[in-house]
Amino acid sequence: MKVSVTVNGAAQEHEVEPRLLLVHYIRDVVGLTGTNIGCDTSSCGACTLLVDGESVKSCTMLAAQADGAQITTIEGLAGTEGNMHPMQEAFREKHALQCGYCTPGMVMAAVSLLEENPNPTETEVREGLEGNLCRCTGYHNIVQAVLHAASGAGSVTA
Amino acid sequence: MSILGNRVLRREDPKFLTTGGVYCDDLEGEGALWATFVRSTMAHARIESLDVDEARSRPGVVAVYTAADLDVGNMPPAMPLLPEGMTRGLLTSDVVRFVGDPVAVILTEERYQGEDAAEAVFVEYDPLPTLVNPEVALESDIHLFPEMGTNIAADLRVPADPGFFDGCEVVVTQKVINQRVAPCPMEPRSGLASWGEDGRLTQYASVQHPQGSRDALCGFYGLTPEQVRVVAPDVGGGFGAKIGLYNEEMLLPWLARRAGRPVRWTETRSESMLTLGHGRGQVQTFTIGGSRDGRIEAYRLEVIQEAGAYPSMGAILPFLTGMMAPGTYTIPKVVTSSVAVVTNTTPTVAYRGAGRPEATAAIERAMDIFAAEVGMDPAEVRRKNLIPKDAFPYTTVAGATYDIGDYEQALDLALSTSGYADLRAEQARLREGNGPIQMGIGVSTYVEITNGAGEAGDFAAVEILPGGKARVYTGSSPHGQGHVTAWSMIASEQLGIPMDDIEVIANDTDLVPTGGGTFGSRSLQSAGVAVHEASVQLVDEARKVAAELLEANPEDVVLDKSGGRFHVAGTPAVGKSWAEVAEGGTDLKVEHSSGPPGPTFPFGSHVAVVEVDTETGKVRLKRLIAVDDAGTILNPLLAEGQRHGGFAQGAAQALLEEVRYDEEGNPVTSNLADYAMISADVLPSFELVSMETPTNYNVLGAKGIGESGTIGSTPAVQSAVVDALAHLGVRHIDMPATPERVWNAIREAR
Amino acid sequence: MIPAGFDYRRASTVDEALSLLADGGEDAKLLAGGHSLLPLMKLRLAAPSMLVDIGRLQDLSFVREEGDSVVVGALTRHRDLETSDVLRQHLPLLSHVAGQVGDPQVRHRGTIGGSVAHGDPASDLPAACLALGATFTATGANGTRQIASADFFQGFLETALAPDEILTSITLPKATGAGWSFQKFNRRAQDWAIVGVAAVRGDRPGIGLVNMGSVPLRATAAEEALAGGASESEAAARATEGLDPPGDLNASPEYRVHLAQVLVRRALEEARAA
Repeated sequence: MKVSVTVNGAAQEHEVEPRLLLVHYIRDVVGLTGTNIGCDTSSCGACTLLVDGESVKSCTMLAAQADGAQITTIEGLAGTEGNMHPMQEAFREKHALQCGYCTPGMVMAAVSLLEENPNPTETEVREGLEGNLCRCTGYHNIVQAVLHAASGAGSVTA
Repeated sequence: MSILGNRVLRREDPKFLTTGGVYCDDLEGEGALWATFVRSTMAHARIESLDVDEARSRPGVVAVYTAADLDVGNMPPAMPLLPEGMTRGLLTSDVVRFVGDPVAVILTEERYQGEDAAEAVFVEYDPLPTLVNPEVALESDIHLFPEMGTNIAADLRVPADPGFFDGCEVVVTQKVINQRVAPCPMEPRSGLASWGEDGRLTQYASVQHPQGSRDALCGFYGLTPEQVRVVAPDVGGGFGAKIGLYNEEMLLPWLARRAGRPVRWTETRSESMLTLGHGRGQVQTFTIGGSRDGRIEAYRLEVIQEAGAYPSMGAILPFLTGMMAPGTYTIPKVVTSSVAVVTNTTPTVAYRGAGRPEATAAIERAMDIFAAEVGMDPAEVRRKNLIPKDAFPYTTVAGATYDIGDYEQALDLALSTSGYADLRAEQARLREGNGPIQMGIGVSTYVEITNGAGEAGDFAAVEILPGGKARVYTGSSPHGQGHVTAWSMIASEQLGIPMDDIEVIANDTDLVPTGGGTFGSRSLQSAGVAVHEASVQLVDEARKVAAELLEANPEDVVLDKSGGRFHVAGTPAVGKSWAEVAEGGTDLKVEHSSGPPGPTFPFGSHVAVVEVDTETGKVRLKRLIAVDDAGTILNPLLAEGQRHGGFAQGAAQALLEEVRYDEEGNPVTSNLADYAMISADVLPSFELVSMETPTNYNVLGAKGIGESGTIGSTPAVQSAVVDALAHLGVRHIDMPATPERVWNAIREAR
Repeated sequence: MIPAGFDYRRASTVDEALSLLADGGEDAKLLAGGHSLLPLMKLRLAAPSMLVDIGRLQDLSFVREEGDSVVVGALTRHRDLETSDVLRQHLPLLSHVAGQVGDPQVRHRGTIGGSVAHGDPASDLPAACLALGATFTATGANGTRQIASADFFQGFLETALAPDEILTSITLPKATGAGWSFQKFNRRAQDWAIVGVAAVRGDRPGIGLVNMGSVPLRATAAEEALAGGASESEAAARATEGLDPPGDLNASPEYRVHLAQVLVRRALEEARAA
């Protein structure tokens, strides 16, 4: 079947199997490998990307279901001139990543979180990231980064 | 001004944040076939028949292989001391020994075709009796390897000495379970193998030690090191479980040779939970004796280590547990008796701490239970027995020589930062109020051994490139620790070349043939020191070149590190830059291996505060205060990050995580929905206290920091849970302190 | 892990969905947000031959007042329930429970209809619907019918919906100003409830239980006790009468019984105070 989507602003159209998961479509068909796969059970959030501006686990969505959607992946988050998004800046500033594997999904989830709740408390950040697992950071600096980005301080260095 | 000790942001990050890393599964792998393993669904069974014919006819299937097709031997023992008779083949023939044992492998043209074909592989099993419990396996007449006549994989048992506790006024014994946990690096294993026309093997692998993997491939396939290239691209975490290659990865070159095409494999998480090695898994029984005033006289620790179905690194970890058994204390008599047994479960391997968290968990639980028995504050019993700071270097009765430490100061800092007296007062008020929510305070002190496994030293090369930039080659193998940033800080400090002009090369055996890898909290004190020493030597070499250019004596030439210029002492106006020195024609490259005198022993003290809902058994970790002294800190940002991750994994073991099997050996925690890998919502922000006691074992004063967080936090959190319920008569709760387990402990006490 | 192959059809109207469902035969399944079905398909615990995607039926995504009731379209996403002003005013329990399902990503895709039609006893929303006395509207080839929530959940993952029917909307009596509480007891925030309790007081009190049997349940005995004037503790003690909760990785049946009683008491107390 045919799937047409916009990925990071660029129109894409491909013939795909109906069962193709969105994450494999993005990685294997579109060729954007920043989005990772960390589990099979919609638990870890490594595959999180934005569909029409909202965070979604792309391992639990068919490419077919995304037909017509605007998709944003980690590769599309930074500005056109290469300047990082305030959330990316905040992650760097606060050392919120180590091995980097959960990072794209974590950043996308965090962007969506602030979209819905621009001034979260620490508890709201922790609960808002419930769907994303990280094994390296103990979440401490991820939480700091999201709070930092929410405070607007993240954009100062962008 | 020195850059060392500063919070330098990571140079690695922009890539990870904007395009993501390049992990094995991200590689293009042109023309590669996909491997899919068909795995045993039985924990222990004889394979009666294995029918792969239908699978061969499924769409996209290029080949299906079983053990009968293999013309290679078994995996060698993971450790020299482990028995040859308990090794595994690359695929399993005749008898499967755990759920996940691979019985066939399918090669397909496309990723999605393998799972479809795997459904068409039909295996008939004749079930054999299953051993899941290691205590049962130790005594059982059923043997996983009948020709061995035993389930024992490693035996370090010491007979009980009937007089061992003579003279002790108080003797307490407790059995505790240090449960099996899953390392859960976020990136599952992945690999890509291909043979060049020149007969060279290139293998991409998600491992912590590419050089070790290369050596293993050489040994297995009879190749020379020059014929094998192993590359670990970006690696999404390892935590000990990815130090080396497993049987699946060892099979990839065979498959690629047979197929005449590259072969790649990426495991699913569900597969990973079954077959990536697990950590911990000790049944411990300790006996601790001492005087009524809190002085510990004797401590005996008995360990039954779960090795899993095929003994690997996990089977020998009780050796490290024994070495660290006395912890931070001056206990006159300490004996550890251990035995590792095979069971019908996933093999155990190293996992963050690897043998030392088990030692600390045991001695800290013992200190608490002893304190409760003699009616003293647990912090005071610890203080009374700590090794004094003027006793270092201190050789314990377990045979370890601790380099340097100040354990009492660490304890004091942790207690004072936590507001220990106030916490105890608040706890008393809550107990008085008798409400459902009670508070617990757990204290741990710990010491651990870092850089204690493998080669003590490591390799570095530093070279000057045309134009005056530098390149560092390291034998350590970064996968999240921040070596690019750290090593360029070290080199920049000596060379006076800006960090951003220093490239760091690692993880590719063609570029760095010599290297010890990253595990056991070893990198900074081995490979980092090598970078420092090589940089110092390189400056010496460069001074000679500069001296010729300046027509001066080398002894008179100095490097102005602020600008990266050589000049004659006293006449800075006339100088030569690194670029000019590099043009001098001499090859400016120094290769060097560090040679530390021995392992180092970081230490610290943690205080955990929990709330326990005594009606439901639910535990909430409220605070974790941590003093972790790893000597001189190169980059606090990186060191704190290591500690944070360690705290979370320690709290996870104490409260949430446990790999479980049913009685038939079926795993019941085989994905991340069932296995409660710790998440952000159940953790507090951590309270870190700085303390730096430099080691004199290396020029950087650095000890390891990778595992301390886990080692200190696990017993502190566990202890806090028990402490919250101590007034109800609860003396011990095994980890993880799940709500039902806590509820049961309260019921039993009442 | 990936699903086995299937045919995919997208419906743009309810009628079209019904006809596609009929064409697809027994093994055809409806796909809404996919957050109940796709995980099962990836684990190959479900292998439908055809998926009829009803995710684009925008006219089934709504929350509106109709007299003394609120009607919720079956394809309303959890996130939309969570943020609905109508629900916040008249059915804050439902809005709150929707905000506790899964995690934010799940709530951006999952729908109330999908959750209810899946009939999982461990799901939060069915228990809330039970507590609130919801009525489900189903449309099939033979027209539309109403099913009371008490009659809807019939067995493990089994509902009163016929294979050729579509759940289209849910009607709930307003509980404006009534005290309510949702007690979700789990390990991590993203997890299913080990036990959950959704309670509402006021004129139409109700107590729904999560994960206390093979279907979403009402704590009938506790409701009756409360109506008869029993104290919250007394009512809670009867919350598990006649129930046979499951034992699993996270809780034995005995522990579930205990938890349910504690949580029902807390829910009633919190709902009273609200």
